[in-house]
Amino acid sequence: MLSVVDIHTYYGNIQALKGVSMDVKEGEVITLIGANGAGKTTTLMSISGIVVPRTGEILFMGEVINRVTPNKIVSMGISQVPEGRRIFPYLTVLENLDMGAFLRNDNDGVKTDLNYVFSLFPILADRRNQSGGTLSGGEQQMLAISRALMARPRLLLLDEPSLGLAPLVVKQIFEIIKKINLENNTTIFLVEQNANLALKVAHRGYVMENGRITLSDTAGSLLSNEDVKRAYLGI
Amino acid sequence: MIVEEIKKSFLTSLWFMFLTFPIMVIRVNTVDNIIQWRWANLLLVGIVSFGLSALWRYMIRRKELGIVQTEVDGIARETLSQRLLNERRFTLPALVVVSIFALSFPFIFSLYQTNIMITAMIYVMLGLGLNIVVGVAGLLDLGYAAFYCVGAYSYALLNYHFGLGFWTVLGLGGGFAAMFGIILGFPVLRLRGDYLAIVTLGFGEIIRLIMENWNEFSFGPSGIANIPRPGFFGIEMNLVQVTTYIYFLMIVLTLFTIFVVNRLQNSRIGRAWIALREDEVACQAMGIDKRKTKLMAFALGATWAGFAGVVFAAKTTFINPASFTLWESINILCVVVLGGMGSIVGVVVGAFILILLPEYLRFLSEFRILAFGAVLVITMVFRPGGIVETVRRTYEYKETAH
Repeated sequence: MLSVVDIHTYYGNIQALKGVSMDVKEGEVITLIGANGAGKTTTLMSISGIVVPRTGEILFMGEVINRVTPNKIVSMGISQVPEGRRIFPYLTVLENLDMGAFLRNDNDGVKTDLNYVFSLFPILADRRNQSGGTLSGGEQQMLAISRALMARPRLLLLDEPSLGLAPLVVKQIFEIIKKINLENNTTIFLVEQNANLALKVAHRGYVMENGRITLSDTAGSLLSNEDVKRAYLGI
Repeated sequence: MIVEEIKKSFLTSLWFMFLTFPIMVIRVNTVDNIIQWRWANLLLVGIVSFGLSALWRYMIRRKELGIVQTEVDGIARETLSQRLLNERRFTLPALVVVSIFALSFPFIFSLYQTNIMITAMIYVMLGLGLNIVVGVAGLLDLGYAAFYCVGAYSYALLNYHFGLGFWTVLGLGGGFAAMFGIILGFPVLRLRGDYLAIVTLGFGEIIRLIMENWNEFSFGPSGIANIPRPGFFGIEMNLVQVTTYIYFLMIVLTLFTIFVVNRLQNSRIGRAWIALREDEVACQAMGIDKRKTKLMAFALGATWAGFAGVVFAAKTTFINPASFTLWESINILCVVVLGGMGSIVGVVVGAFILILLPEYLRFLSEFRILAFGAVLVITMVFRPGGIVETVRRTYEYKETAH
């Protein structure tokens, strides 16, 4: 579905990605784990077109997307939950969700999806007319995920959904992520620092270090890999 | 506590007495070669500054108390204007009174008053246009008068060279201004905040300087005179009639502006502007085209300045570049900020206050601008959100069968 072929991404003169290649198959949950500054977020930003890789190729459904504008990429079916939630604090919950459906004109479909995300996160339905900034951290994360789902993506990119949340909320959110994958066959690309949790949800995983992919395997074998255990699981 | 405050006010008044001593007390009479000591003035300065300082301290204290109260019980205090706007019993009669007043205005008051009102309404249009760019999309634009200039000159020049009428150019002027909005928009797409302000300021000056120096094109600083007033099916009108006509024309245009701007703000694109103001990366992740949305804000904001410029040229029948200086841009920005960023009612109120106040303060003669400045400072200290703080109408969810 998505294949990233040897991309090199720079911020000015600083090279963030030094040849990243990966494959995502339809219906999979893929996770990308790694330490701070390894280039996980940059990989996501490169896929969604917000940062343009200098060399290399990104293919989505057989089409080259690494020179396509971010809004085209969203309309092709890739939507991103950015790191740190980044909801719009002065817009209401409902307006935030409406922004997620910005490119869609099928009102009925939008309404169906709205009811779907409200069924996933009933708390958002209760708070629909409250402004986004008044939500708690967990609720904001739910809103950010829902907002991305409103674009009806085929590939959902999640950037550290566990960031700064209480363990109980994290667990809840990860269950929902699994549910989204199962119910809609939405492919999920999960970037996480919480490697233990991410690998339990994912089918396959990639390990990233200093802008390079150092390991890739099924989630199960990564969980039992000695190096991974030592470096990321703290066992 | 109170003693402390009084002491501070007392010290302030002492300081003022000292500062104003050379100009208020000593007067050198050069005719008789004597020095007059006007001690009564010193006392006056002392009492007035003590009074004002005490009032200031009291008001600040009251405001802080209000904030503390909000923090304690978590209920945000609605301002008086917001309460009034939400009260149907108030808004309906107020609307009726305002419309009766507006409709009868040119028949009751003098030509001079009607002219001031027309100017005020032109500023309402300008303010609402700038409100899209500054208030909603959050792009600080200090060169807004440039679009006003483009509108005015497009009427003056198209009329001079091709004899085009007011109504034809009204549309064209708006279009030209929108085009210039896009021209300004392109280079500033990547800029934010201070940098954006500087570039837009430069843009405003460029347009004005071109108009001032390109004599063959714009007749330079001497401007263009004898611009025809708008016609009404070819009927001959005297000055009073034509002013009344422009007055009603402006009412219609202002209402049209309010209608369109209101629709825009509550549309998906309006929300996208707010979203873009808050978080650009998140907007991109949502598939909002940053470039298109920003350019649209610039273009749609500038259009109203174009309309206003055409009306301005038709009303004054004479324009020159001196009408479109940086001061003009700042004045329009003041309308938006003083009225309340993002609030349509606020901008309307702000425009009237900002245009009418200096006019009716004329009895203060040379202290006019000083008093005006004082009003601005006091408003911004006590009402930082503007006179009418924005109460955005939010997108309501309608519970329907699904």
